[in-house]
Amino acid sequence: MGLALVPVVFLAIFFVLPVAGMVGRGLQSDGAWDLGGIGEVLGRGRTLRILWFTLWMALAGTAFTTVLGLPVAYTLYRLSLPGRRLLRALVVMPFVLPTVVVGVAFRTLLAAGGPLGFLGLDGSWAAILAALVFFNLAVVVRTVGGVWEGLDPRAEESAAALGASPWRVFRTVTLPALTPAITSAATIVFLFCSTAFGVVLTLGGLRYGTIETEIYILTTQFLDLRAAAVLSIVQLLAVVAILFVAGAARTHRERAMPRTSLLSGLRRPHRGDLTALALTGLVLVFVALPLVTLVARSLQVGDGWGLANYRNLGTTGSGDALVVPVWTALDNSWRTAVDATLIAVVLGLIVSIIVSRRARSAWGRRVIATMDGVFMVPLGISAVTVGFGFLITLNRPPLDLRTSAVLVPIAQAMVALPLVVRTLVPVLRSIDDRLRQAAAALGASPLRAVLTVDVPIVWRPLLAATGFAFAVSLGEFGATSFLARPDRPTLPVVIYGLISRPGAENFGMALAASVILSAVTVALMGLVERLRVGSMGSF
Amino acid sequence: MNPINHRVSLALAGTLTLALSACSLSSGEPSSSPASTAAGSTQGTPSSGHAKGTVVLVTHDSFVAPKKTLEAFTKQTGYQVEVRKNGDAGELTNKLVLTKDSPLGDAVFGIDNTFASRAVDAGVLSDHTPTNPPAGMAPFALPDPKAARQLTPVDYGDVCVNIDDRWFAKKGINPPKTLDDLTKPAYKNLFVTPGAATSSPGLAFLLATIGKYGEQGWQDYWKKLMANGTRITQGWSDAYSVDFSGGEGKGSRPIVLSYASSPPFTIPKGGDKPTTSALLDTCFRQIEYAGVLKGAKNPAGAAALVDFLVSPTFQKTVPDNMYVYPVNDSVSLPPLWAKWAKVAKHPFTVAPKKIAKDRRAWLEQWSEIATG
Amino acid sequence: MMATSETERDGLVVRDASVRFGTTSAVDHVHLALRSGDVLAVLGPSGCGKSTLLRAIAGLEVLDSGSVVFDGQDLAGVPTYRRGFALMFQDGQLFTHQSVAGNVGYALRLQGIGRSRLRRRVRELLELVGLPGYEDRRPATLSGGEQQRVALARSLAAEPRLLLLDEPLSALDRSLRERLANDLRRILTETKTTTLLVTHDHDEAFTVADRMAVMRAGQLVQDGPTVEVWRNPADADVARFLGYATVLTGPAAIRLLSLSGGRRSAGPDPAQPQVNTPDAGTSEGLQVAVRRSAVRVDPAGELGGVVESVSAARDTMRITVEVEGLGALAGVAGLDERFETGQRVRLTVDPAGLAVLPPR
Repeated sequence: MGLALVPVVFLAIFFVLPVAGMVGRGLQSDGAWDLGGIGEVLGRGRTLRILWFTLWMALAGTAFTTVLGLPVAYTLYRLSLPGRRLLRALVVMPFVLPTVVVGVAFRTLLAAGGPLGFLGLDGSWAAILAALVFFNLAVVVRTVGGVWEGLDPRAEESAAALGASPWRVFRTVTLPALTPAITSAATIVFLFCSTAFGVVLTLGGLRYGTIETEIYILTTQFLDLRAAAVLSIVQLLAVVAILFVAGAARTHRERAMPRTSLLSGLRRPHRGDLTALALTGLVLVFVALPLVTLVARSLQVGDGWGLANYRNLGTTGSGDALVVPVWTALDNSWRTAVDATLIAVVLGLIVSIIVSRRARSAWGRRVIATMDGVFMVPLGISAVTVGFGFLITLNRPPLDLRTSAVLVPIAQAMVALPLVVRTLVPVLRSIDDRLRQAAAALGASPLRAVLTVDVPIVWRPLLAATGFAFAVSLGEFGATSFLARPDRPTLPVVIYGLISRPGAENFGMALAASVILSAVTVALMGLVERLRVGSMGSF
Repeated sequence: MNPINHRVSLALAGTLTLALSACSLSSGEPSSSPASTAAGSTQGTPSSGHAKGTVVLVTHDSFVAPKKTLEAFTKQTGYQVEVRKNGDAGELTNKLVLTKDSPLGDAVFGIDNTFASRAVDAGVLSDHTPTNPPAGMAPFALPDPKAARQLTPVDYGDVCVNIDDRWFAKKGINPPKTLDDLTKPAYKNLFVTPGAATSSPGLAFLLATIGKYGEQGWQDYWKKLMANGTRITQGWSDAYSVDFSGGEGKGSRPIVLSYASSPPFTIPKGGDKPTTSALLDTCFRQIEYAGVLKGAKNPAGAAALVDFLVSPTFQKTVPDNMYVYPVNDSVSLPPLWAKWAKVAKHPFTVAPKKIAKDRRAWLEQWSEIATG
Repeated sequence: MMATSETERDGLVVRDASVRFGTTSAVDHVHLALRSGDVLAVLGPSGCGKSTLLRAIAGLEVLDSGSVVFDGQDLAGVPTYRRGFALMFQDGQLFTHQSVAGNVGYALRLQGIGRSRLRRRVRELLELVGLPGYEDRRPATLSGGEQQRVALARSLAAEPRLLLLDEPLSALDRSLRERLANDLRRILTETKTTTLLVTHDHDEAFTVADRMAVMRAGQLVQDGPTVEVWRNPADADVARFLGYATVLTGPAAIRLLSLSGGRRSAGPDPAQPQVNTPDAGTSEGLQVAVRRSAVRVDPAGELGGVVESVSAARDTMRITVEVEGLGALAGVAGLDERFETGQRVRLTVDPAGLAVLPPR
C-alpha cells in the first residue's frame, strides 16, 4: 500500500491541515477549546436561513442539471449527429469560464433592458439556479455521456425485442446501467452548487446568502472565525453525509458490465429521438446565449463594432491595469494548467486504482469507501477556509509554501482531482477483475497487468478526464486568485483585474479575453474528442 | 485483488508525481528570483540592488505600480520589491491579523481608514513615520496617536454617487444632488449601489449615510432608499458595468455609486467632456495607509518602501494606476483629473475607532434592511 | 487417502487450507494433493467453495489458515505472478484489444522470448488447440468455443508448473463441451501439464481428470482416482452429484442388492475396497446408489413395475418405473421402444452400475 500514501499525504497537507487550522483557530480561545459558540452560531436566525437556502438551492440546481443533462448526453454521445464533437466541446465551455464573466454575461442578458430583461429574472433565485445549471451541465453531460457511449446497445435491443416501450427500455435497462455515472455526476454537481460563490453573489444581488458566501463575509470582512468555523463544520458534515449516501448508491450498481466490443453504438436519430433532440436544442441555446452575448459585447467598440478589444490584448490595458499582457497571462494559465493536470491525473489514477479494487474484508471495504469519498470532500469545502488555512498552517519550514508558485497548480489539482477520480472509477470498476488475474497468473507483474488490462480500456476515459482537468485548471478562479503570484497571473485573474477597473477599454478587453479563454477551451476539448474518436476502431 | 500487488505501479506513479512537481512548467521558471516585476532595471546597477535584498510588500488586489516606478525604488535604495496581493482591504487586514506570528511580508500598503483600527489593535504593525513627510499629508493621518505612528497615509479616494448626465438631459429630469434626493419619487428605481457587506465602496457609502444621518438615523434612510427601488449588487464592477446607464454595459439605471475619479473615464472618443459626473455632497473618503509589519524580515527595507510610497516618484503614479488621489499635494494631478475629477470639500466622516467597533453591528443591520 | 500424497515433495500440496469471508467459511480446512503430471478435478455444486480453493492456490485469495505448497516450497507470500501457474476462466477473459496471437504469446513475451521463436510457438499452440491460422483474428470475432481454445493456448504457452482451470467448458453448449473435453484431455496428456480443474460437471471431470476431489460446503468430502470416486461415492449427496439417478435406503436397498445378486465386487477394478453384502443387522442405514444406465427395460428382468414417466434423451429413452417394494427407479430403454404411463414393464439391473454407500 506504501505509495498509496502519496495522494493521502497530498490531501493531508494541502487540505486537512489548512482546514483544521482554520477551524481550530475559530473554536479555540486562549489556547483552550471553546465549543459553546457552536450552539450560539447555529441558533442565529440568519444562519438557519442561509443553511436552508444553500440546501434547497443546491438540490434544485442538481436536479435541474441532471434532468437537463441526460437528454443532452444521450443526443451527443449516442446519436450520430453532424458536428456532435463541436457541440460536446461547446457544452464544456461554461464550466471553465470565470464566474465573474458568467455573472456579467448573465446579468447583461437578464438585466432590465437586456435581451431577456422582460423575464424579470434579474436578481432572483431563478437567475442563480439558471447559472448553476449553465455551469454544471458539462459535468453531467460528459460523465454520463462517456459511459452511455460505451454501453452495449444489445441489452437495450433485447429489451425492446421483448416488447418493452422505449421509455420502459430506458427505465429498466439503460437507467440502471447509467446509475453509477449519474450518481457520480450528481454528487459533484451538488458539491459545486452548494459551494457556488461568485455566481450567487453576482446574480443574487446579495439577497441570497449561501454557506459559502457567508463564510467568505464572516472571514474576510468580520474576522468572525468562530462563526466561520462552525459553518465550515456544517459544510463538512453535509458533504460527508452526501458522499456517504452517494457512495452507498454507487456501490450497489458499479460492477463489471460488458462494454461494447464492436464499433461504437452511435446510430442515426429517428423519430423517437425527437424529444431528446428538441430538449438538447433548447439546452444548447440556453448554453450558447450567454456565450453569444459575450462574443457580441467583446466586438463592441464604442458605438460601433470592431476588433480593437482583441488588438488591445497585447497591451497591459488602459492606465496599465495589468502587470502582464493578456497573452502572457494565457501562457501562465497554460503552464499552470499543465502542472495541475499532471498532478491531478497522476494522483487521480492512483486513487482510482485503489478505490476500484474489491476488498475482501469488511474493514478493507470500509477503508476503500472512505478513501473514495475523502478525495471528493475538497469540492464541498469553502475555498476561503482552505485559502486562509494555507496562510496560517503552511507558514513554517519545511512547509513554508505560502508564497510558492507550486500552490497554484496544487490548489487547481485539488479541484480537478475528484473529476478525474469520478471519471475513472466507474470505468475501472467495470473491468472484470479476472482479466487482471488471468494476466497475473500468466506471470504478469501487477504493473504489467495494469498495462495489459486497464490501460487499453481506461485510456480513453483518462484522456477525457485529462482534458476536463485541464479545462478546470484553465478556468479556476477562486483558489487561484488567492494564491497566484501577482507577477504571474493566470488568465481568469487577469480578466477579473480588467473587469474591476473603470474604463470601457478595460471592460472590452476583459470580454475579449474571456472569449479567448473559451475558445482555447473549446479547441482543447475538441482535440480530446478527436483523439478519442480516432482510437475507437482499435478498442 | 490483493492491494499489495499494486505496490509497484503505485511506486511508479508516486515517483512520477514527485518528478512532476520537481520539473513542473510553472515552478521551473527562472522567475524564482523574487522581484521579477522590478528585476529588469537592476542590470544597470548590478551589485547594489541584489546586495541589500528584497522587500516584500503585502497589498490588496487593486495595487498597481508601473514597473519603472518600482525600478526607481531599487535604484534609489538597493532593495528590490516583491509584491504579494491579498484580496480587498478587508481580506488583506484580516490576513495580516491571522498571520501575525509569521507575517506575510515586510511592509503593507492598502489598509484603509475603515480597517485601520483593527490592524493597529491586533498589533500587526511596527512604529514608523516617514523621515520626510510630504506636504499635505497631515490631514489624512489617523486621529489616534498610536495608529498615526504606525500607519502612513498614501492616497485617498472619494466614494460618491455618480450620475449619467446624458440620461438626465435626454429625459429632461433634474439630476439629484444630495443623499436625501435619492429617496425622492422622481428617482425611483434609478439608483444602483454595490452592497456594503461585499464591496468596499459599498461599505464606504454606508458609512457616508451613517456620517450624514448619525448612528440612529441611517437605518430609516436606508429603508426609504430601498423603498425607492434601489438595487444592490455584489461589487462595484457589476453595478457600474452592467446596471449603470453611463457605464460600459449601457444599463438602465442612471445613478450609481462610484468614485469622484470616475467621470474622466466616460469622456467619449473624440469628445472633451465626461458624460457622467460625481455628486460631491454624497461622498465618503477612503484613505489608504502603508506601514511596516511587526516581525518583518527586512524592517529597514520596509521603512524605505513606506517612505518611497509617499515620495513624489510614487505619488504621481497613483491617479492613473489606482484611480486615487495622492496625499502629497505638491504632486500635480493628470490634466483630465484636475478638470473633471474634483474631490469633495466636506466628505462625510466616521471615526475609525467607531468603525472598528460597530462595523459588524452596522453591517448586520444593513443586511437586514437592504437584502433581508 | 491423503497420507501418501502429503509426503510427496513433488507437485501441489494443500494443507488444512481455510478461506473465510466474514463469518462464512468458503474453504474449510481442506487437504489436497496433486502429483506432477496429474490432472485433478475438483468437483462440486456451485457455491461449494471450489473456485475459492482454486483462487487460493493461484494466490488470488489469502488463506486464513493452512498452506499451499508446490514442489516443496510454501507459497505463502509469493504473489500470483511469481507462482509460475496459469489460470483460465470459464469465459476466457481474453485481452480484447490484442489479437489472438497477442493473447497466446502473452506469457512468452513476458519471458522475453525472441520474435521468431514466439511466432513459431504461437503457431504450434494454435495448432494444438485446433485453431491453425487464427493468429490475426480479434477475440471479439471468435465463437465461445474458439475463445476458450485461445484461452487454453494462452495458458499453455507459458508451460505453467500448474494449470488452473476454472469451469473451463461450462459456458459452452453441450456438444461443443464434450468435444472440447476430449481435446482438453488429449492436450493435457500430450503436454504432460499438471492441472487442477474446477467443475460442476461430473462428465467433464471424468473425461479430463485422473483424480477427482468432491467438495461440499467448503469441505472436501471425497478424493481419489476418478474411477474410484465414481464407483464408490462417499455418501448419497456425492452419489447424486456424480450422476447416480436413484439412491435407495434400508429395506429397498437390501432388496435391490439381493435381486441383482449382490455382485457388487464384480466391478472392473478388483483393487477397490470390498463392498460387503450387508446383513439384516445393518440394513437400517444402508444406502445403495443406482445409475440410470444400470437399469434397463428387459422382458426377462428380475424386477417388475409400472411406468411413471417417459422422455426421450439423445440416444436412449429415459423411463421412471415404480417398482413394487423398492419405490421409483430411473432407468433407460431403447429408443425404438414405446411405453405409456401405467404400463407394466420388467427391468434388469446391472450390478456394475450400483454403488453401496458406506454406512454413516
